[in-house]
Amino acid sequence: MKYIDDTVVMKRMKSRLKYNSIWKMIFLIATTLALLTLVILLVRIVTQGSGYLNWDFFNNFGSRFPEKAGIKAALIGSVLLMLIIAPVSMILGVGTAIYLEEYAKKNKFTSFIQMNISNLAGVPSIVFGLLGLTIFVRMLVLGKSLLAAGFTMSLLILPVIIVASQEAIRAVPKEQREASYGMGATKWQTITRVVLPAAIPGILTGSILALSRAVGETAPLVVLGIPVILQFLPDGLLSQFTTLPLQIYDWAKRPQEAFQYVASAGIIVLMILLVIMNSIAIFIRNKFQKRY
Amino acid sequence: MASQGLGKEQSIQEMVAQSRNRKGKKFIEKLMPIILIITALISVLTTIGIVFTLIFETFEFFQRVSITDYLFGREWLPFSGSEPLYGVLPLILGTLKVSVIAACVAVPLGIAAAIYLSEYASDKTRRTIKPILEVLAGVPTIVYGFFALTFVTPLLQELIPSLKIFNALSPGIVVGIMILPMIASLSEDAMSSVPNSIREGALALGATKLEVSIKVVLPAALSGIIASVVLAVSRAIGETMIVSLAGGATPTFDFNVTGSIQTMTAYIVQVSSGDAGYGTTIYYSIYAVGFTLFVFTLIMNLLAQYISKRFREEY
Amino acid sequence: MVELMNKTNKQETANIKTPSQIVGESTKSVERNSVFNTKNFNLWYGDHHALKDINLDIRENEVTAIIGPSGCGKSTYIKALNRMVELVPIVKTNGEINYRGRNILEASYEVEELRTRVGMVFQKPNPFPKSIYDNIAYGPRIHGIKNKKVLDEIVEKSLRGAAIWDEVKDRLNQNAYGLSGGQQQRICIARCLAIEPDVILMDEPTSALDPISTLKVEELVQELKDNYSIIIVTHNMQQAARISDKTAFFLNGEVVEFDHTDKIFSTPKDQRTEDYISGRFG
Repeated sequence: MKYIDDTVVMKRMKSRLKYNSIWKMIFLIATTLALLTLVILLVRIVTQGSGYLNWDFFNNFGSRFPEKAGIKAALIGSVLLMLIIAPVSMILGVGTAIYLEEYAKKNKFTSFIQMNISNLAGVPSIVFGLLGLTIFVRMLVLGKSLLAAGFTMSLLILPVIIVASQEAIRAVPKEQREASYGMGATKWQTITRVVLPAAIPGILTGSILALSRAVGETAPLVVLGIPVILQFLPDGLLSQFTTLPLQIYDWAKRPQEAFQYVASAGIIVLMILLVIMNSIAIFIRNKFQKRY
Repeated sequence: MASQGLGKEQSIQEMVAQSRNRKGKKFIEKLMPIILIITALISVLTTIGIVFTLIFETFEFFQRVSITDYLFGREWLPFSGSEPLYGVLPLILGTLKVSVIAACVAVPLGIAAAIYLSEYASDKTRRTIKPILEVLAGVPTIVYGFFALTFVTPLLQELIPSLKIFNALSPGIVVGIMILPMIASLSEDAMSSVPNSIREGALALGATKLEVSIKVVLPAALSGIIASVVLAVSRAIGETMIVSLAGGATPTFDFNVTGSIQTMTAYIVQVSSGDAGYGTTIYYSIYAVGFTLFVFTLIMNLLAQYISKRFREEY
Repeated sequence: MVELMNKTNKQETANIKTPSQIVGESTKSVERNSVFNTKNFNLWYGDHHALKDINLDIRENEVTAIIGPSGCGKSTYIKALNRMVELVPIVKTNGEINYRGRNILEASYEVEELRTRVGMVFQKPNPFPKSIYDNIAYGPRIHGIKNKKVLDEIVEKSLRGAAIWDEVKDRLNQNAYGLSGGQQQRICIARCLAIEPDVILMDEPTSALDPISTLKVEELVQELKDNYSIIIVTHNMQQAARISDKTAFFLNGEVVEFDHTDKIFSTPKDQRTEDYISGRFG
């Protein structure tokens, strides 16, 4: 006895094939929609902001008047902040990754640290702002300074750097470590001369991407109370400062339409900074990819 | 090399033996693990710092405002001088409105994009589109906020004339766009890890690609997909700048999405940029709200981890 | 080469008519219909010419075994028969593969339709991560059978057909991954039977199984051939000898010899076939 009726199967075949191609189109449109948003966003910001991009814009401080507003303090502030975040977060992040991958025994304490890191990665950035406000700004009396903001942001991107570094270290083949130990090298020698050199491209790529996230971050800085309009450049680690996203936030909030264009110009500068950082990361990734 | 300078022959083994006995080297071998474990403890200290900061300052807040008023109050009016009200429900509702709208945008689009990338697209297409999604994920939230306020809201106002300048709809949609790449990329990872042999099994029965995707791959990758959605929604709950710029500062306890709202995060930003005096009830209130936000996202993150661990398919 | 091939083919057809083995002939006296008629079929993986000028005529209700050393193209060939080979993006083909008289390589031939008629069992068991019941019902369901009672009957019939009903009838709702490798493979065969295909392709179905499971699958193949045409790729010559009616010997992407199994194993015409069978290479 036959259960499958051939004529029915063939009849259904047509509609099944039709559904397949219709849904393929739907899936494709959904994908394109996401990409289209990016294009609209970029086109809109470039057309709005490019008119304001000139030398004065880079050379002026913030101002109440759109035509006099510039990003000198914000741009330099962002770069200086980066110079603090990069070493702090990388020393802590890579150190933790080496500990977890090379030294830590598989026990409850290690899996606790590991679980803690993945949970820390999911904490909203604004909560890090509250942490920084209490610990760095008030308890350690660093004030609304570069240092307080740098420490806060370093902790914010720490989980990302740890995870990226762990992956890079884990990708170094066991045989390479064994070869080093086999010649009588100590553990620390093996780590510094074999493991880290092989893992450094992955570590750098992950760190630069994390850093670019910190550069674009606004919320924690707002909570720390970092001022927006500054008429001077920071002169030390404990000096006040402002950053690009904060400056853009301030402009975007203003009611005058002209400030929209100033904000767009600021966004262009911020995006160019991020594109440069991402390109470096991608360059490193492609150049040193898969050497084993 | 072996006869260098010393005048007497020295074998490599001897040189190695000498260097081995140097005290400094032994010291470093002992010291480094200690330094590294200290760096590892910083991440634990960060968590402890967050939890204790939130608990202590929130405790201070509850010295002044009763817990029940906070948890069940339907009005959030901290700035009304004579009789401030601290009922958190309007802030939670504002957050949920934005997150639900975001999920409505991001979940179908993200999963559809994941299916397309994982099941239909050629290798070349996939290699082009995935980096673009990464770019989309890397756009700073302040840029998305600006986009919501100056582009999406005016556009929506053309369609819905009653839409206010500050509303839940526009930031909701833009938060959805922001978390879309996360869902697409994590779901695609989950679907790609379904082994090809299973796809082939279905194709060999005469299944179309659609049937393979929906009836075989999607169920097999479901835990990963759900985990990605939960993580993305958690990100939406904690999102700050988009809702601060485009959502407004009016905490309301209703289900209207066209009017001004305030989320938990936007309230913290409002107080912080207004420079509320240290030690005032308003100052402590941002910690209470931050703690509430932290609990929400922590539960979501733990849930995502649980789902992806508990229901992981072993092939 | 082509000439030589044609010659072999002619000799082969000539040989079928010479009654060399009377017992064998009596069963083959019925002229069976052609299922898969492959003509001058070529296949490339990028630049690699994996199948060269294949000519094979496979008949219905027979077990056809395809043997040959690793990399000879036997798996590629069987995957070409239901066009699964196209899942590798760099594949190019030419020539003809006629299934019941129609060339399946034509662009207008829908692969889904072809694969509904031509089922396949894979090298490694690949059940879906679903219950046993849902695995078997998957095919009928995509073809539009929703009636629970009919599905129940199909599931039972298919599981019985794959000789695994008694082992799993009490746990149809359990995940198929909980079964042993041999049971999983018979579930995959049952899944294939559930859409009542015309031809079953088997790509080294026992290579991942233990000897007892292998024996069960082999017995099953013998039973199935009354109702289905079976093409089985195997690296195990004894298996080919045990279960097949005809055998094709592949070497370096070419068909060296195709004939009744007993002839291939007793009196091979080509020196290379003899070398392979007697274990001199491969």
